[in-house]
Amino acid sequence: MAKASPTLEFDTDWEYSSAPESTDHIQIKPQNELFINGDFVVPSDGNYFDTINPASEKTLSKVGHATADDVDKAVKAARKAVKGPWSKMDGAERGKYIFRIARLIQEKAREFAVIESMDGGKPIRESRDVDIPLVSAHFFYYAGWADKLEYAFPGKDTTPIGVAGQIIPWNFPLLMAAWKIAPALATGNAVVLKPAETTPLTALKLAEVLQEADLPPGVVNIITGAGKTGQAIVDHPDVDKIAFTGSTEVGKMIMRAVAGTGKRYTLELGGKAANIIFEDAPIDQAVEGIVNSIFFNQGHVCCAGSRLFVQESIADTIISKLKDRMETLIIGDPLDKNTDIGAINSKMQLDKIKMYVKLGQKEGGTIHQSSYSLPKKGFWYAPTLFTDVSQSHRVVQEEIFGPVLAIQTFRTVDEVITKANNIPYGLSGGVWTDKGSKIFKISKAVRAGVVWANTFNKFDPSSPFGGYKESGMGREGGLEGLMPYVNLV
Amino acid sequence: MITSVYIHPIDQIGAQERVARLFSRSIKKESKVHALKMALSMIDLTTLEGKDSSGKVKQLCYKASHLHDQYPDLPSVAAICVYPTMVPIAKKALEGTSINIASVATAFPSGMSSMENKLDEVKKVVDDGANEVDMVISRGKFLSGEYDYVADEISQIKDACEKAHLKVILETGELVTLDNVRLASDIALNAGADFIKTSTGKISPAATPPVVLVMLEAIRDHYKKTGKKIGMKPAGGISKAKQAIQYLVMVRETLGKDWLTPDLFRFGASSLANDVLMQIVKQSTGHYQSGNYFSID
Repeated sequence: MAKASPTLEFDTDWEYSSAPESTDHIQIKPQNELFINGDFVVPSDGNYFDTINPASEKTLSKVGHATADDVDKAVKAARKAVKGPWSKMDGAERGKYIFRIARLIQEKAREFAVIESMDGGKPIRESRDVDIPLVSAHFFYYAGWADKLEYAFPGKDTTPIGVAGQIIPWNFPLLMAAWKIAPALATGNAVVLKPAETTPLTALKLAEVLQEADLPPGVVNIITGAGKTGQAIVDHPDVDKIAFTGSTEVGKMIMRAVAGTGKRYTLELGGKAANIIFEDAPIDQAVEGIVNSIFFNQGHVCCAGSRLFVQESIADTIISKLKDRMETLIIGDPLDKNTDIGAINSKMQLDKIKMYVKLGQKEGGTIHQSSYSLPKKGFWYAPTLFTDVSQSHRVVQEEIFGPVLAIQTFRTVDEVITKANNIPYGLSGGVWTDKGSKIFKISKAVRAGVVWANTFNKFDPSSPFGGYKESGMGREGGLEGLMPYVNLV
Repeated sequence: MITSVYIHPIDQIGAQERVARLFSRSIKKESKVHALKMALSMIDLTTLEGKDSSGKVKQLCYKASHLHDQYPDLPSVAAICVYPTMVPIAKKALEGTSINIASVATAFPSGMSSMENKLDEVKKVVDDGANEVDMVISRGKFLSGEYDYVADEISQIKDACEKAHLKVILETGELVTLDNVRLASDIALNAGADFIKTSTGKISPAATPPVVLVMLEAIRDHYKKTGKKIGMKPAGGISKAKQAIQYLVMVRETLGKDWLTPDLFRFGASSLANDVLMQIVKQSTGHYQSGNYFSID
C-alpha cells in the first residue's frame, strides 16, 4: 500500500493583518453623465443604471444609459472633430496631447487603480502594478508614433480613417480603453468608445483626464450603456470602423452586422490557450507560470492559459505543487494589498463559471479547489483544477473566463501540438522547457497570436496582440496596431 | 557512494519574479510584531573575525540571552556562531541557558584543507561543546564536476558530528548560477545535511533572495520525496528587520507552518538583532529610539 505523501501546512498562527489600500483620495461621482463633444451631458431619455462593487454588491454610482440618439450625437461630434483641425494637425502636435494624457494618468495612477478594483473586483496588486502602468505606457508608446507615421509605413502617406466605434470589455476596463484610444488618436481619428456596463467608472474618469488635457471636443466620446448601445454604435451609418474586444459570440454578430457596409473592423475575441509544460522545464517557475496564466485577474483574461498540457512524467509533481501553491493564494477584499484573487466581475459571470464546473463534473471530470474560505457577500469563486478531462469535454473546448483550469497530459511533442491546435480559438499559448529548440518548434507550430516561452501573460505596448481563427482579426499594440486606423495612400 | 544527479533547471527571471511577488506582501501591525519576535528567536548571533577575542565572545554570549532587558517577554536568539577556538569560551559563558553553540568548521571559510584535517576539526569542536557545526562544501570540487566528492565529504562530516546538527554552507556566491545552487542543495540534502546554509559571509554576494528561494524549494522537494524536514539558514548581508520579515514570508508561503521555527529556520547575522529590537520597540511606543539605546556587543 502506498504511503500518504508528506504534506505541507500553510495554515499558520502567523496571519497577515489586513492591509487595505486607502479610498480617501478617490472621487466617484454619485451620478455620471455621458461624455460627448467634450462635455458631460444627460442621456437623452434621462435613464441611468447602477454600477456596483462586485466584492460587496454595494452600488458605487449611477451611470447614464446612452440611447441610439445619444450614439448619433456622439458620432456627429466625432465626425465634426475629424473634419476639424484634429486630423490635419501636425503629428507632433497631436502627440503632445497624447503625451499629456499619459502623464496625467501616471499622476492619478493610484486613484485609477483603486476605482478599477472597486468597480471590477480585481486585486489592487494587479490594478496598481499591471493595469494602470500599462495604460500610461500605451499612451506614451503611441504618442511617440504620432509624428513618425511616415517611418511606420515607409514610402506611403497615411490618412485617418475617420470615426472609430470602440466597444470594450469588463476584464481590463481602462487598459482596453487605452489599447483602443491611443492608436486611434496617434493616427488622427476620432472615437466613440463604450465601456462595459459593469465597469464604466475608470473610462469616465479618463474622460475627466481628457478634459484636463484640453483634448479638442469630440475627438474622444465616451458613452455608457449595455448591448443595445453597442449595437447602435455598430449599426450607425457614419462610423468608419468598429474595434471590438469581447466574446466570440458578439464578435460574430458584429461581423454579420458590418458585412457589406464597407466598415472596417478589428475583433479581439475569446481564447482557450494551451499552456504546455515539458519535463525539462524549470518546474517551480512553471508552476508559478500556471498560476499567472489562469488565476491572474480571476481568470477573466481572453489569453488565459486555461488548457494545461503537462508531460506525463512530471504530471503528478506539477499537480501536487500547483495544489500547494493554490493554498497560499489569498482570496478576498480586492483593495487589500495582500489579496491574490479578487471578486468575480458580476453575478452573471459567476453563474456561468458555476454552470461550467457543474457541467465538467457531470461529464466525469474531477475537480480540486483551494480550501481558502470565500467571503459571504459579493461574487467569489475558488481557484479550481479539472483533471480526468479530455479534448472532448466541453470544459476543455469552451471559454469559461474564470479561475478554472483543465489539465491534460501528453507524451510527445507532436501529440501536444495537435491537441493545442485542436480548438476553434488561437489567441495565445505558452511553452515551458529548458531547451531552446523546443521553444522555437512549439511557438512556430501553435497557431496563436502570442506564444510565451517560460513565462505567461506578459504585455508590452510595443508588442502586437491579436488572434487567429475565432479569436479574432487585426492586431493591437506595436507598429501593427496603427494599421487598422490608417488609409495608406 | 554514487550520487544520482538529477538536474532541476531554474529559470532566473521566473525566480526573481516569484521573489518580487512574495516580497510585496504587506506585513503590518500585529502581524509585524509576531514576525519580528519570530525573527529574533531564529538568529544565530555571529562573530567570525580574525580579531575575535575571548572577551568579545563572552559579551556576545551575554547579549544572546539579554537582548533588550528593558522590554519584557523577548525570546533569546537561537544560537551563537563562532570560530572553533572560541567554542570552549562560549560553552562556559552560555552554561544554564538554552542557547545553542554553533561552530564553523572544515577550514572555514575556504574549505581548502585535507579531509583528515576537516574531520579532526569537526570532532574537536563537538568535543569542546558545539552542538551545531557549520561546514563549508568544497566549491572547487563542485565546480569541477566532482559531485560525488562533495556528497561524500558531507556524509563523512555528518558522521563525525555525531549528535551535533550539521549545517552545510554552499557558499552560493561562488556557485554563481541558480542551477548550481539547486544542484548543490540537492547534493547536501541527500548527503545528510540537517540544515543548508547560503554563505560564509566572507564572499559577496552572500544570501540573495532568489538563492534562498531556490534552496527552500529544494528543501520542499526533498521533504515531499523523503518526508525529512531539513532546515534553512540564509547568512550574510541580512541586517534589516524588513529583510528578515520578507524571508519569513518566503518560508511561510514556500514551506509553510512547520518551518517557521528556530528548529528549521535560522538567520546567520550579527547586526540584525538590534534592528529587529528597534522595530519591536517602535511597534509598541510608536517612535523610533536612537540606536544608542540598543547594546552593541
